[in-house]
Amino acid sequence: MTTTNLVIESNVDGRSARQVARDTRRHEKMAQKRLTSKGATIAAIAIAFFWTIPTFGLFVTSFRPGADSQTTGWWTVFTNPDFTLGNYQAALTAGGTSLTLAQSFLNSLAITIPVVAFALAVASLLAYAFAWIDFKGKNFIFIAVFALQIVPIQMALVPLLSLFSRGLTVNGVSIFPGLELRDIDHSFATVWIAHTIFALPLAVFLLHNFIAEIPSEVIEAARVDGAGHGQIFFRMILPLSAPALASFAVLEFIWVWNDLLVATIFAPSTSLPMTQSLASLSGTWGNQWFLQSAGAFITMLTPLIVFFALQRFFVRGLLAGATKG
Amino acid sequence: MVTRPPVEGARPTSLGVSFNSFFQWIGNMGPIVQIPIILLVFGAVVGILLLLIEYAPRAGTVYFWIRVIACFAIPVIAFMLLRPYQNAVIYVLAIAILLGAILFYADFRARQGRGYLFQLILFAAPAAVLLLIGLIYPAISTFFQSFFDKTGKSFVGLENYIWVFTNPEGFWSVVNSIIWVIVAPIFATVIGLAYAVFIDRAKGEKALKILIFMPFAISFVGAGIIWKFMYDYRQGDQIGLLNAIVTFFGFPPVPWLATEPLVNTLLLVVVFIWSQTGLAMVILSAAVKAVPPEQNEAAEIDGANAWQRFRNVTIPGIRSSIVVVVTTIAIGSLKIYDIVAVMTGGRANSTVLAFEMVNQQQRFQSYGHAAALAIVLFIFVIPLIWFNVVQIRKQREIR
Repeated sequence: MTTTNLVIESNVDGRSARQVARDTRRHEKMAQKRLTSKGATIAAIAIAFFWTIPTFGLFVTSFRPGADSQTTGWWTVFTNPDFTLGNYQAALTAGGTSLTLAQSFLNSLAITIPVVAFALAVASLLAYAFAWIDFKGKNFIFIAVFALQIVPIQMALVPLLSLFSRGLTVNGVSIFPGLELRDIDHSFATVWIAHTIFALPLAVFLLHNFIAEIPSEVIEAARVDGAGHGQIFFRMILPLSAPALASFAVLEFIWVWNDLLVATIFAPSTSLPMTQSLASLSGTWGNQWFLQSAGAFITMLTPLIVFFALQRFFVRGLLAGATKG
Repeated sequence: MVTRPPVEGARPTSLGVSFNSFFQWIGNMGPIVQIPIILLVFGAVVGILLLLIEYAPRAGTVYFWIRVIACFAIPVIAFMLLRPYQNAVIYVLAIAILLGAILFYADFRARQGRGYLFQLILFAAPAAVLLLIGLIYPAISTFFQSFFDKTGKSFVGLENYIWVFTNPEGFWSVVNSIIWVIVAPIFATVIGLAYAVFIDRAKGEKALKILIFMPFAISFVGAGIIWKFMYDYRQGDQIGLLNAIVTFFGFPPVPWLATEPLVNTLLLVVVFIWSQTGLAMVILSAAVKAVPPEQNEAAEIDGANAWQRFRNVTIPGIRSSIVVVVTTIAIGSLKIYDIVAVMTGGRANSTVLAFEMVNQQQRFQSYGHAAALAIVLFIFVIPLIWFNVVQIRKQREIR
């Protein structure tokens, strides 16, 4: 650290612990006063205002009668309030494609929840191997896995799609004939696999940062007690890295839930998620703002609930994952 | 059977259960019913994996035989689950048994003791297989595809790359992607960091954070709709806020998303910045709080003002977090697809590499062009990853 020269031993002058604590509190208050200057507060409020206005405008629109929102600005509600819940009902029961928003909501759940579990399990297994098993070329392979983020999803779509549909043939010997899932009612298999793959490089990197920081004494103690890698992983690593797992789960949930591209390419037409329904809602009906706004709020509800439920893990886990080193 | 040439109508064989039949079976159920079933099956597979890992290093004849059987059974079962065609079964079995023998021999010879390599493979195999089929193989195959024409049959050399830089769509996608990758991370990080510092230890910090974080939880599709509404353009009364302000001051309304060059691109970047600032803010706020307060105090005693303290204490303290945030947002901005797709559809020269790629592939079935675009995108990401690798190395040396 370049800043170590600034650290001063806190009680070299023989003050008692209580005095030190009091001084620290006083300093903190002083620092807080200086830091929260008027300019900073105003800037923060301005940023918060600009960041909220777009969502707020659409939120207001989602409760306005359709005819009103097509002709007058949403800010007119302040002088001429008129609200309805009809937009939400219309958006849920009508859909851009063959799917209604309510049906695709279930699809979104069925895509997202298993993917989060798959990605976490597969990535944490590999992250454990990188952290606590010694093997040749470990550093090189770890960096290589991290560097796989280099591959844009778009690049993998066609080869992966053809692997799923046409299979793998080596020298005229068909090793894997492909999956025949296009006619199945609700087939999420290909979407699950694709999402899990795309999540891996970042997941392994973040989870490894956390798992590697677990004190080695803990692992050694378990090993002395006769636990193998399997038990250590299941009984110790998983519970100890719960904050990191939870915070990555939140991120992964938000990403997968909000994804449009992967689902559009890999899911059969009856298994499309909400983002696709929402996107086609804007396509087929032009700019029917009252429906789109209600639809947008229905889709953003779930990730917000997940975030608020797991918020405290989120910050703690990210803190360890992103700032340690 | 071994010598016969491949038969056209050969039927797939399996153990009675294959990945295909399992996915077909589960696919016929309701979406919600599928969740617990697939989680249970997956949990069972991981459980067996951990059990094998646990037994692998133990001494004793029983455990020895468990290892031997697993060495051969796993490859065979894996290939049978892949459901090979009848005339390939012999080859596939041969490959599987050969693999098992190599695995067993390598493990037997491994220096670190019994079952060492076996454990390592079980830990890494799921991720390794997925990365191989999903990222490494596609990257290589796309690389070769970029030198072939539309259909992927005839070799055209660098023609696709020339197309990327000379055709208007290709050219603008490159220019716009460069704008995205420069503008988006800088603004999102700076604003996110400023906000995190401004509200640090302020009253109602949590609520203030949520306001900025909320856009991050909104999908790009949702964000696109929200901002399309902001940018809405029409004659007469405006319903989009931006044009309402413009007309309020007596100017004619502007068709924002059709204004080129670069105006519409920058307006799309605004949407992305709006959405990603929340992520930057959350991570950087956590990092700022982790900087030891004594350092700040010491600097204050030395007479440093707020800006100097921020510059010389806070920034060095959160360096690694800033690197993570900038890289994540930069890579995200290069891979952006949804915002462009929902808001402009790439019209009026607002296209970007990642969108144009899918466009070429899906709409024009032009795989050569799409592959070349992907490789150009890939080249853009390399410096970012390289920068990060250097950072990781540095951190390791410190440790």
